[in-house]
Amino acid sequence: MDLSRLEINRRTALLTSAAIAANVINPMRAFAQETPRKGGVFNVHYGAEQRQLNPSIQASTGVYIIGGKIQENLVDLDASGQPVGVLAESWEATPDGKTVAFKLRKGITWHDGKPFTSEDVAFTAMNMWKKILNYGSTLQLFLTSVDTPDPQTAIFRYERPMPLNLLLRALPDLGYVSAKHLYESGDIRQNPTNLAPVGTGPFKFVKYERGQYIIADRNPDYWRPNAPYLDRIVWKVITDRAAAAAQMEAGELHYSPFSGLTISDMARLGKDKRFIVSTKGNEGNARTNTIEFNFRRKELSDIRVRRAIAHAINVPFFIENFLGDFAKLGTGPIPSTSTDFYPGPNTPQYPYDKAKAIALLDEAGFKASGGNRFALKLLPAPWGEDISLWSTFIQQSLGEVGIQVDIVRNDGGGFLKQVYDDHAFDLATGWHQYRNDPAVSTTVWYRSGQPKGAPWTNQWGWEDKTVDATIDNAATEVDPVKRKALYADFVKEVNTELPVWMPIEQIFVTVITAKARNHSNTPRWGSASWHDLWLSA
Amino acid sequence: MRILSLAGRRLAASIPTLFLILIGVFLLLQLAPGDTVDALMAQMGGGDAASAEALRKFYGLDLSVPAQLGNYLWHLVRLDLGFSSIYGKPVATVILERLPPTILLMTASLSFAFFFGLVFGVIASRGVNRWPDTLISTLGLIFYATPSFWFGLMAIVVFSVYLQWLPPGGFEDIGTVQTGIWRVLDIAAHLVLPTLTLGLIFLAIYLRIMRASMLEVLNLDFVRTARAKGLDETHVITRHVLRNALLPMVTLIGLQAGTMLGGSVVVESVFSLPGLGRLAYESVVQRDLNTLLGIVFVSALLVISVNFVVDLLYARLDPRIAAEG
Repeated sequence: MDLSRLEINRRTALLTSAAIAANVINPMRAFAQETPRKGGVFNVHYGAEQRQLNPSIQASTGVYIIGGKIQENLVDLDASGQPVGVLAESWEATPDGKTVAFKLRKGITWHDGKPFTSEDVAFTAMNMWKKILNYGSTLQLFLTSVDTPDPQTAIFRYERPMPLNLLLRALPDLGYVSAKHLYESGDIRQNPTNLAPVGTGPFKFVKYERGQYIIADRNPDYWRPNAPYLDRIVWKVITDRAAAAAQMEAGELHYSPFSGLTISDMARLGKDKRFIVSTKGNEGNARTNTIEFNFRRKELSDIRVRRAIAHAINVPFFIENFLGDFAKLGTGPIPSTSTDFYPGPNTPQYPYDKAKAIALLDEAGFKASGGNRFALKLLPAPWGEDISLWSTFIQQSLGEVGIQVDIVRNDGGGFLKQVYDDHAFDLATGWHQYRNDPAVSTTVWYRSGQPKGAPWTNQWGWEDKTVDATIDNAATEVDPVKRKALYADFVKEVNTELPVWMPIEQIFVTVITAKARNHSNTPRWGSASWHDLWLSA
Repeated sequence: MRILSLAGRRLAASIPTLFLILIGVFLLLQLAPGDTVDALMAQMGGGDAASAEALRKFYGLDLSVPAQLGNYLWHLVRLDLGFSSIYGKPVATVILERLPPTILLMTASLSFAFFFGLVFGVIASRGVNRWPDTLISTLGLIFYATPSFWFGLMAIVVFSVYLQWLPPGGFEDIGTVQTGIWRVLDIAAHLVLPTLTLGLIFLAIYLRIMRASMLEVLNLDFVRTARAKGLDETHVITRHVLRNALLPMVTLIGLQAGTMLGGSVVVESVFSLPGLGRLAYESVVQRDLNTLLGIVFVSALLVISVNFVVDLLYARLDPRIAAEG
């Protein structure tokens, strides 16, 4: 461990905390009384180009940040995080939970002038959400058909009960609709529309210059009155984070989403009156830092060793000194931002206790010989500075209780292959991205029987019949109160067994110009349609 | 022309090398864990195993490694570079789109480095061990020792953020559509900072080489003869010394044409230029084998043709090469 680097990081992070605190308290300066101004170009930082832009077939923030302005979803989340209709006006589920009927908004047209109907919804659901969309294919596994009795009604039929609150919390991300008439023939993945998307949204696709920029212009026929306000959105491809910060300062960029700048640059811009640096508007994109244990190592299959590792790491110290206000202490797989499912902190926790860690390791029979008990290989995921810092911190902390940790770094593809397919790790650390309902993003980390090679799923060589049963029951429980209770049980069970430890909670950080109005006003604002966003003069 | 056949022979010899390089890169990339589908999963933030399998079939990854390599080479001899998995279009098209900014940047910074390296090298050698030499050598050392991303970022901070003279990045202005001379000027303005950033490091090398080779040639017998003939100093330098001292410089250009392509990844990223370097980097991270091999192929062609020109230049500068062979 390089101590000089540690010092520098600590110092920047401390500066960071102070700077961000000021803005978190007062993230949006008074604008309630201003009249919206029409016009203007909004320049957005686009850090990593995707292979395509259609959110109906790829669920990732890199697609939503563009496709989410052009195409629309059936429902989105409102300011308080509750589902609100977009293309759907209302919905109704039968008591058995096997049928959900959506009433669609009238008079909406696609950007090419064709009318939007329930046929589009049925086509997208059956051919994209069920077959191609990541997370969608799991969510819609038991979807058997979508009936379209009239152009304004789409009835989803399920083989097993589908809890309405699960569907409504999943659809903001997994419910973007594509035009049937553009996708009917040929391979959906190869359709040229994927790179020149056509939607019903407030902005119309204009041009995509690979490696440089994407442009979308105001849709004059948009269905919401007086929207949108902006004339144009330009996404600029800038892969270098420091260069992106310089472009923000030069006024060439208005917005850098999803923690797109370095921690030190975000701290610096947070002190600048021209920018707002805040976690607001990203509550729907919560993530937790993880430690994943490989049970194929006999040491790690011993629960005392897993608990000892958790006790050996001083998480509050790490957060305070390295992440500042960007993070807080986590209590398990369901983050505290999830108002519908968060079970509270009263589940088994593993506070820092070095003596206890040593005692547990001794008890498990792994005595220290010459200061060393055993060695572990730690694979950190390459996304984000925090993971890199966290992995070094794990290495140092475990060194102090006699576990030698070797860090093996990989790029994205390599990390997924080695952890989730080759199982060539002892410890792995990365992010668990929570997607508003545990059944969408979280339970796959714990449910046994995941096919080998599926990323972000239980590949730990661990299986627990009780946990499996809780997960299965919760997934089909239609009563919201019972469902919440089942997920509380789930958290208790997995925090006891500890196949994966999730001790840190984080929310993405937004850097945006102080001229922006109506920004960050929903929990997934970076992905939202921006129909009400405007720029003050 | 002897020299043409000589250069031609070297050209022919480079074709097997080219194939060896391509096979080598192909096999090296097989050693990297993960394929393009893993990279796509990483980008999407998840996906189930069935769709991963469908994607592998879609990208032709279900075949064995020798079969994939064989397929690739068979396409290559028919001049087909294959299909890019991240761009969804033919590799040749992707590379052609990215080639102009790279070539523009490379030519501009090589010319800048060559010209000023030559001038400063001559000045330094004329005033060897006096203040112009010390000043130039120190500056050269500083340029050489500074990492180019730092240079680039500092240039953006000074010239774009504070002074606001030049654009901080990009290839051209997106806000306004320009045509003709205005577009050329706009692109030129965007390329000033990247050219300087990339050129300064090479400038340092060129001026050191030029200085050393001038000093060496200045001590040779024919220079004494020239002076003894009564030629004035300017004539001696320009007609006799400079021409001979240029040989190592020209060699260096040939060698560095290749380095420039690779070395511009950093500069292209800092200035958000859509060049080949960034494309190569992205292809590695995304495990887009076809695109990466295509870039290696095109870069190799570029280096080979630059070296061909360098061979011809040698003959022009030093007639002995053409005469003796």
